[in-house]
Amino acid sequence: MANLLEVKNIETYYDLVYAIRGASLAVEEGSITAILGNNGAGKSTILKTIMGQIEDQPDKGIIEFNGKPIQHIDTDKIVRKGIAYVPEGREIFDELTVHEHLLMGAYTRKDSEEIKQDIDQVFKYFPVLKNRTNQWAGTLSGGEQQMLAIGRALMLRPRLLLLDEPSLGLSPILVKEIFSIIQEINSKGTTILLVEQNANMALSISSTGLILENGRFVMKGKSKDLLEDKDVKEFYLGIKSETSAKGYQRWKRKKAWR
Amino acid sequence: MIDFIQMIVSGVAVGSTYALMGLAMVIIYKTSEVPNFAQGEMALITSYFAMMLLTQMNMSVYLAFFLSFVFAVVLGCFLEFAILRRAKEPNVLGMIVITIGIEMIILGFVSWKFGADQKTMPFPIGPYDSFIIGDIFISKLAVLTLVTALLFMIILYLFFKYSKLGLAMKATQQNSVAAQIIGIRTNRTLMMTWGISSLVGASAGLLISPTIMHPFMMWDPMLKGFAAAVMGGMTSLPGAVIAAYMLGIIENLFGGYVSIEFKTVVAFVIIVLVLCIKPSGLFSKHYIKKV
Ligand SMILES: Nc1ncnc2c1ncn2[C@@H]1O[C@H](COP(=O)(O)OP(=O)(O)OP(=O)(O)O)[C@@H](O)[C@H]1O
Ligand SMILES: [Mg+2]
Repeated sequence: MANLLEVKNIETYYDLVYAIRGASLAVEEGSITAILGNNGAGKSTILKTIMGQIEDQPDKGIIEFNGKPIQHIDTDKIVRKGIAYVPEGREIFDELTVHEHLLMGAYTRKDSEEIKQDIDQVFKYFPVLKNRTNQWAGTLSGGEQQMLAIGRALMLRPRLLLLDEPSLGLSPILVKEIFSIIQEINSKGTTILLVEQNANMALSISSTGLILENGRFVMKGKSKDLLEDKDVKEFYLGIKSETSAKGYQRWKRKKAWR
Repeated sequence: MIDFIQMIVSGVAVGSTYALMGLAMVIIYKTSEVPNFAQGEMALITSYFAMMLLTQMNMSVYLAFFLSFVFAVVLGCFLEFAILRRAKEPNVLGMIVITIGIEMIILGFVSWKFGADQKTMPFPIGPYDSFIIGDIFISKLAVLTLVTALLFMIILYLFFKYSKLGLAMKATQQNSVAAQIIGIRTNRTLMMTWGISSLVGASAGLLISPTIMHPFMMWDPMLKGFAAAVMGGMTSLPGAVIAAYMLGIIENLFGGYVSIEFKTVVAFVIIVLVLCIKPSGLFSKHYIKKV
């Protein structure tokens, strides 16, 4: 299938901090693609760059959605093209209710009948939210807020969904649940680009995996191959092998992977 | 007893103008988190604009007021677009200074263009037209102001609670990053807030101008409106209105029974008390961020 999203050799700066140093990736329509990498590798920065959230960035490179360039245009226009984004750390509205969040998630849509159906669909994915319909989002638990952030993004009916560490701070059972919901969303036709620390989970639901280090992708491949890869096993899945490979050795003590 | 009732009535009358100014300030504060000290002068220049249309162009009152409201909305949008949005990496203090700057500029402009003397606004209802019930005088203008204030409060309340644009305005204020990533044009939303707020403030100006019309006419209502907004918690529309009426009534009773000289100071004594006892305002219900 064709690529829905193509990122070609982008470079991103935060003022003088050179965060993304020439990164390319392609997300095939209908797939789940996972980006893995250490803390500070630049995973979130890539998603923020795609969403146009960093002023005047990318400094270099092209981002194409559905064959058309989307770099250097306003975030709201990118959203209108059909890209939804669940940022790191939820970013909810403390003093809007759960119901208002879902309405706002459909802000760019006009089909009110179908919006109602989609709200019901979100409640089917996340039944806990239904009991909290009229509660302020700021008073939800962290996990509930994460579900709300995903639900709000789904209300766009996006073609592409960007997820930044959806499993962060969730209990192991909930992590499993969220990942199975992500799979279900994908099976209904939404393409997904997933950033994760939970490499095992991410690789097991995705078709393609990319590994980011210091603002560059150092490895790309089919997820099932990456799961078997010796280096990935050692540094990202926490499975020890006797002989450790080349330069990765120095990362050993720093690894933060489950 | 008659005196007492008359004082209450006058208190409600003046409270209505405070309420309108308070509402206007709350709207901007809700979305921009800036107390807009130019609010009074924005209403001032709109009132002078209306007077100009009425006296120099001999327009009908309806048309003149309609155009003035349009002027007010455009003015609000323009100030946000041309000045406040240009502030790089704004902080609240900087924004306050900017609004005070705008205030000074408009005040200077109005004094220069129209002169600092008392003017008369040719308004169909004069300042002395009254209903007389028993021995109580109720000015028609006061009734109109009261109705306007309550109407604006109800409309705005419904607007922020149920309309899409109103929700988007609240969302933008609470988290502008989150607002952008669901497709809200946050800049435009902010601009519209300034337009709406300017409209509400201008209605206060237009209703005050038949009674008092000189470049400083909005100072007292603006400061009292601000006081009411603070008392009401700065983000609560009904809170600001209730506080405005409380201020108007307390002020009048104080002026009648205690000391007329210190009448206007009462408002600020009340603010200080409120800020000491319940700094989040009398009527605010806020979610306290978990840290
Ligand atoms: N607003 C910012 N200003 C300056 N530097 C930043 C900013 N945000 C991120 N950085 C830097 O850019 C680099 C990449 O950060 P990023 O948040 O993309 O990492 P990440 O891979 O998402 O990490 P994590 O797994 O911890 O979320 C880091 O070195 C970080 O310090
Ligand atoms: Mg991150």
